[in-house]
Amino acid sequence: MSALDSIAIAVEVPRLAQEWGNALPILHEIRHGLERLAATGEPTLIDLRAIPFGPGDEARLLERLGRGEVEARIHALGETLIRETAIPAVWLVDFLNAEGERIALHLQIDRIPGLLMTQPEDLAEAPARLDRLLKELAGGGEAA
Amino acid sequence: MATSKTLGESLREHGVSRRGFLKFCAATATMMALPPTMAPAIAAALEKARRPSVIWLSFQECTGCIESLTRSHSPTVENLILDVVSLDYQHTLQVASGELAEEARLQAMRENHGSYLVIVDGSLPGPGSNMGYSTVAGHSNLDILLETVEGAAAVIAVGTCAAFGGLPRAHPNPTGAVAVQDIITNKPVINVSGCPPIPTVISGVLAQFLTFGKLPELDAYGRPLAFFGQSIHDRCYRRPFYDKGLFAETFDDEGAKAGWCLYRLGCKGPSTYNACATMRWNAGTSWPVESGHPCLGCSEPDFWDAGSFYQALSVPTVDSTQTLGLAAAAGVVIGGAAAALAKHGKTKAVADREPVTVEQLEQKL
Repeated sequence: MSALDSIAIAVEVPRLAQEWGNALPILHEIRHGLERLAATGEPTLIDLRAIPFGPGDEARLLERLGRGEVEARIHALGETLIRETAIPAVWLVDFLNAEGERIALHLQIDRIPGLLMTQPEDLAEAPARLDRLLKELAGGGEAA
Repeated sequence: MATSKTLGESLREHGVSRRGFLKFCAATATMMALPPTMAPAIAAALEKARRPSVIWLSFQECTGCIESLTRSHSPTVENLILDVVSLDYQHTLQVASGELAEEARLQAMRENHGSYLVIVDGSLPGPGSNMGYSTVAGHSNLDILLETVEGAAAVIAVGTCAAFGGLPRAHPNPTGAVAVQDIITNKPVINVSGCPPIPTVISGVLAQFLTFGKLPELDAYGRPLAFFGQSIHDRCYRRPFYDKGLFAETFDDEGAKAGWCLYRLGCKGPSTYNACATMRWNAGTSWPVESGHPCLGCSEPDFWDAGSFYQALSVPTVDSTQTLGLAAAAGVVIGGAAAALAKHGKTKAVADREPVTVEQLEQKL
């Protein structure tokens, strides 16, 4: 975990937090993204780090979006946590570095986030990799 | 030294898988303030890009800029960007010292003539000044800069000192400090100002150069518009309070506790252009205004000489009650007016500033 997380910080939620309201426009943008996905299949990506959120805005947005049925974890260049929100087709993609610190946070409106899919170059190399395994097995050696 | 390997090959050599590479590109898009949908285009460009040689010169500086970049939150995309460039000379970081260090710089210049990047942090004593104020290996900063930049593709001035002269240039500027752009006029100079600059902005500019192989679009001060295109004020989450005329008057009053606008406490947000409000600091944790402190305007020229950090610059020049009333009525228009007032006040503060002697300071104490 991040060293910052070990510092005890009490975050005071400002009394007028609801007036900052920068989470609300994002919900509308998501709404448009869902309509676009349904009509044309075009996905939408929202970079939450590019939004001038006030304190608590991001947390309120994510809390409202809730948790859906799917969660996935990718181990590449640190972890990437992917989970569907309670709104179908709205995915939260949390990019972490090797120390568990966030380097990017995206909302993706898509049937499935592209990062989860097998990459075309890896697919192209897959048969050769399996051939090597089969060859090793045929030769009586231990599979690597 | 720079090699013929592409960045894609270099990253895979570092054990980065293709999914990892895509993740790197998604984070790079964020870092470059580009839409995340640009990640595939970035991936295609970075896959083919060659590792450039980078020579980093440090002159009259406090090492805060390199600290900002390297001690941010490691290992990060910023560090990966540093890994995929060939950082051939940086006298704080490199292992070699003395003549070997200087030879590394000269070798990088010879082998990559016309294509290497020069990064500078710190101002330098300008022509006509006493060159003895700042030297490296017995050579003046000016000589080293001119010699190194001669074969460079572009120069990136990192930090307000390199970009605008910064603290060393503050009145009365005893060392005759000048900015890089005051000396280098025949090469592209990109200014990444800030005291220090946001680490992701430094590496974002590098990534942009690596990705697209050309200079980013710049503002009137030579700063990349992607990061310096909007004022702190325009991107501030406290802006709605400004528009309603709700201001904190002290650091501990009810307005401060309620998170109201810090304009009256001296916030320079209206006249300051930087990406703090969205990129934030310390791994995106917070930024000065979110922490309850007014913006100091550290990415603007002569911010040290712009009067008190805690004085709203428009207050002495107009009736503040009138300003605030108008602000409540038409915040957007006044936002621009506040910037103009702040600029006017800053110019006046610079003009009115008198040198203070040690004796005078002691009398005040």
